[in-house]
Amino acid sequence: MNIINVIEEIEKVDNDVSERLSPRRKAIKNFLNIGSKIALSAVPLALGGLFKKAYGQQLPDKILEVLNFALTLEHLEHRFYQTAINTPKLIPSGKDNIIVIRDHERSHVKFLQNTITSSGGTPVAEAKYDFTGKGMFPNVFSDYKEFLTVAQAFEDTGVSAYKGRAGDLMKSNAILKAALQIHSTEARHAAHIRFARRLAGYDPVIKPWIVGNDNTSGTPLGPIYKEEDDNTQALIKLTNINGFDLGHGDTASFDEPLEKGEVMKIVAPFFAS
Amino acid sequence: MNKTEKVKEPDQSGEHDNFLDEPFQRRSFLKFAGAGIASAALVSAGCKTPMITASGINLGNGDFGILNMAYALEQMEAAFYSKVAANFYPGATAIEKEFLTDIRNNEIAHREWFKNVLGPKGIPALEFNFSSINFNNRESVLRTGKEIEDTGVSAYNGAGPLLKLSPFLMLAGKIVSVEARHVATIRNLLNYGDFAGSDVIDSNGLDRARMPLEVLELTGKFFKTRLIGNDLPTS
Repeated sequence: MNIINVIEEIEKVDNDVSERLSPRRKAIKNFLNIGSKIALSAVPLALGGLFKKAYGQQLPDKILEVLNFALTLEHLEHRFYQTAINTPKLIPSGKDNIIVIRDHERSHVKFLQNTITSSGGTPVAEAKYDFTGKGMFPNVFSDYKEFLTVAQAFEDTGVSAYKGRAGDLMKSNAILKAALQIHSTEARHAAHIRFARRLAGYDPVIKPWIVGNDNTSGTPLGPIYKEEDDNTQALIKLTNINGFDLGHGDTASFDEPLEKGEVMKIVAPFFAS
Repeated sequence: MNKTEKVKEPDQSGEHDNFLDEPFQRRSFLKFAGAGIASAALVSAGCKTPMITASGINLGNGDFGILNMAYALEQMEAAFYSKVAANFYPGATAIEKEFLTDIRNNEIAHREWFKNVLGPKGIPALEFNFSSINFNNRESVLRTGKEIEDTGVSAYNGAGPLLKLSPFLMLAGKIVSVEARHVATIRNLLNYGDFAGSDVIDSNGLDRARMPLEVLELTGKFFKTRLIGNDLPTS
């Protein structure tokens, strides 16, 4: 099978189908292109408004559902970091700049709330949490090492969760773009938390990127990384690709998505019941 | 694009009426591939292949044009880190060597993967101009790494909405988060705690996104051959 022929074939089919399924797509794209000249940061409220106007109604339910799914995770992350910052003696002072991550998660919560509201949707409310994960991490707010483990779990899950839903946002370029911008911010967080764990000696081999499944099989973090040992992307095997010895790069070079159901299962223990 | 004969008509049951409209999930590239092969004869889809002209290399149009831009950036990144790792700057620590070598390997993986994906539709192997970098100086190397990785992340973020094919969006998403991990790491090596500085993350907590022409403008100094993005999608 020739991979190029396959891709050409998909392109032909996919373009055709997406045009027919979404006849107003082009008009909306043109409309948003005008809007994109305004800095997104300056007009968090405008995003939803654009969509209302373009569609003549609220955002499609599917997109609102993705935004609320994202908001659910951002609420969880924000409350997690806020609680940690409010806990005396947990975070060694002057270390690791956790407050930057808290600030970003708070911004993500507000941004998603504004986008959902101004699009005619209802933002999901913040939940009650159990950050011990039903006892998996009993010292999460007294042991910095355990705190960073949970932080890593949330960040890497968040990266995979946004990745897993990007395809659902393709009909709205502005929302897709914003989601990708959050996605790479979360990846920066994940890399930093992993770096911090390495520096502190909490995990002597961990790297900012994910190597195989990070030896998490059978641990509470296992489900987050179960697909990360994949060494083949779009039918192309990366191990010794074109004769290059990449070390662990055959798995570390690509991050993997998680589906919504998988994400919800991973975070479920952290919601108070 | 011409209509394809055997594309299934969407049914009327709801918004998820065709697998091509579903989010692209892992491994479903195989499903796409199978469906594509089975559905119709393989005919040229009308996309331009990259053209080498006297004024430079035209990256082409459509999704392949975007992928060729990404391929060019990955070639540049891989070449940069290969040079770094071949002869580390004096005083490089063990963890710096380990991480920079890993980053090199990841970038080579990206480059070779794009090469194989694009095949005859890909641009050729490029040559680079790294004369502005002092490879014997830690600051110069890490600052360059920060610059090209931050730009790379913004390039993928801007390009994602320009892609028409959901499998390519997914694959670009799998790569961009690794690039974001790289730049967070290099920024941390330069200045620990600066993994996501306010120079790149805005007040909404959003990382940068750049359109292809801006990316080509910013990175042009590193390429010996001019890359032409005039046929790349803009919306």
